[in-house]
Amino acid sequence: MKKFFATIALVVLPSLGFAAGGSGVELQHMSVDLHDKSSLQRGLQTFTNYCMGCHEAGYARFERAAVDLGIPANLFEENLLPAGKKIGDLMSNSMDSADGKGWFGAPPPDLTMVARVRGKDWVYSYLQAFYEDESRPWGVNNTVFPNVGMPNVLEALQGVRHLTCAQAPAHDENGKPLFDTLTGDALTEEQCNVVVQKTAGQLTEDEFEQVAYDLTNFLVYMGEPSRLKSESLGLKVLLFIILFGIFAYLLNKEYWKEIH
Amino acid sequence: MAALKNLMGWIDDRLPVTQAYEKHMSKYYAPKNFNFFYIFGVLSMVMLVNQILTGIWLTMSYTPSAEAAFASVEYIMRDVEYGWLIRYMHSTGASAFFVVIYLHMFRGLLYGSYQKPRELVWLFGMAIYLLLMAEAFMGYLLPWGQMSYWGAQVIISLFSAIPVIGPDLAQWVRGDYLISGITLNRFFSLHVIALPLVLVALVVLHLLALHHVGSNNPKGVDIKKHKDENGVPLDGIPFHPFYSVHDLVGIAVFLFVFCSVVFFFPEMGGYFLEKPNFEAANPLKTPEHIAPVWYFTPFYAILRAVTFSLFGLDAKFWGVVAMGGAIAILFVLPWLDRSPVKSMLYKGWISKIFLFVFCISFVVLGVLGVLPSTELRTTIAQIASVVYFAYFILMPWYTRWESTKPVPERV
Repeated sequence: MKKFFATIALVVLPSLGFAAGGSGVELQHMSVDLHDKSSLQRGLQTFTNYCMGCHEAGYARFERAAVDLGIPANLFEENLLPAGKKIGDLMSNSMDSADGKGWFGAPPPDLTMVARVRGKDWVYSYLQAFYEDESRPWGVNNTVFPNVGMPNVLEALQGVRHLTCAQAPAHDENGKPLFDTLTGDALTEEQCNVVVQKTAGQLTEDEFEQVAYDLTNFLVYMGEPSRLKSESLGLKVLLFIILFGIFAYLLNKEYWKEIH
Repeated sequence: MAALKNLMGWIDDRLPVTQAYEKHMSKYYAPKNFNFFYIFGVLSMVMLVNQILTGIWLTMSYTPSAEAAFASVEYIMRDVEYGWLIRYMHSTGASAFFVVIYLHMFRGLLYGSYQKPRELVWLFGMAIYLLLMAEAFMGYLLPWGQMSYWGAQVIISLFSAIPVIGPDLAQWVRGDYLISGITLNRFFSLHVIALPLVLVALVVLHLLALHHVGSNNPKGVDIKKHKDENGVPLDGIPFHPFYSVHDLVGIAVFLFVFCSVVFFFPEMGGYFLEKPNFEAANPLKTPEHIAPVWYFTPFYAILRAVTFSLFGLDAKFWGVVAMGGAIAILFVLPWLDRSPVKSMLYKGWISKIFLFVFCISFVVLGVLGVLPSTELRTTIAQIASVVYFAYFILMPWYTRWESTKPVPERV
């Protein structure tokens, strides 16, 4: 019987790897830290200041974010709440979706759960992947989301970047990095889709990466605010089940002593 | 104490409560050699109760309309106290229900639990399985996400493959020219009241039939052949307390796994909650890749494996026939197995090999059903589908031809 399951596992498990696969672009990895309150707060600030003019988080409420992120209500109302909004409101904006369609080709999508739909790494990479492209209506394009309809809202912070030809790490057809067999050094080749900085923004490259990280971190939180609670509650529940299981096991042993 | 006894007597004179308790619990004699595989029946009961209870509470805050359904699910996730927990228990519960049901059915195949005199137990069980698939399918539309919408669109459009009446039938099921608020409302009604009502009734019948003929066991020995002077089977033990305490241990282990998923990874990597479903349904935007939830994928893979037209009817129609046949053939299983023994322990090696490759093909089909199809994958799915059907269609021959081992008198 054990062999039976081992064989099934051997046959099935490798193929599961494929099922989770995504699009072809290589994404930058980021690890979420929902306990980093200051990062989440900075992310919220970027979100309300830069994103919410066009995008909504129409399923979330300001107050919930204020409470979860430890921002006192009065500070939130003074500094982060858009004009005309109450703290108990949904995080919507006043842009008409028909206007949005006219201006951008499609209404800007709701971002409440963008991190759950696209994945954290996608959001993190997308935010940093804009480059200058005169052929596009807003003068920018994006390597992660080609021909995206939105301008690079964070351009003032990031500066302008453009595509050029440069030496970049070489990959084989499966996307694995290539190495020199003798020296072990990474091989490079000339590629013409390398994004490089053209003019500097208000922030250095590292500072901007932090902005993208904080915003992604916040979007992950906003996609599933219960995650903050569920893990601590989950541990207690699992502990209770273990305790219950021990007593159930002992009770079972006691009863079954007489059965042979 | 005496007053309690009097009260019990008063009730028993009017309603057979004590008699029913004894028949189904304290004097229901089950074989004493149950193993690991015998936990999944009780676990399906646990999941049924979980689905009904969490479902009742979800219904309190859910709005069944195309305009408000998606937002009301997020309202449950964010604004309702512990709404996220109730919702994740329900969504994880759906998948967990199928996990335990599939293992419960595998136990039936392994130990021949469908054989005479348990044919009706199997038939009621199969009816439950069929209804459960309908229940899960309709429930999946309710969050009104992209995958809810397009998954339902793909599955309901299958009806239109039926010649002559197909397109009208599909429109009748939807209640509209495409999936709309009308479809959502009727699925809601069926999901929360009609199907659960029938499901519970079928579970009662499944158990009544089981308790009438008695439980099978891993050796397939009939424990009713050897009874003591009081008519109690020598190899039987009362279900309560022996198996009730036994099941508590199994339930604890199961709940540990279940709660780990609920609290720590309710999306299960996109298999329990598919990522596109966090985006509201949009009839104008088809997702890149539409895959059903994992518990339907073996049958979906069989559907897609049929790529040729026959007798002037197109491949889609024959795909639907193959998919329906794959489920329908399970119903006649008790009459396909001609073996003189029940348990795989005493059947011949041909039966063992067939069950083994059947399980492999079922899992392979399940994996292929998740993936976008390619030429190679379609070929593999075709081979696996043939194996799936061969297990059943050849069963009357190989179970009769092979030599079996003698079954012991006692467990």
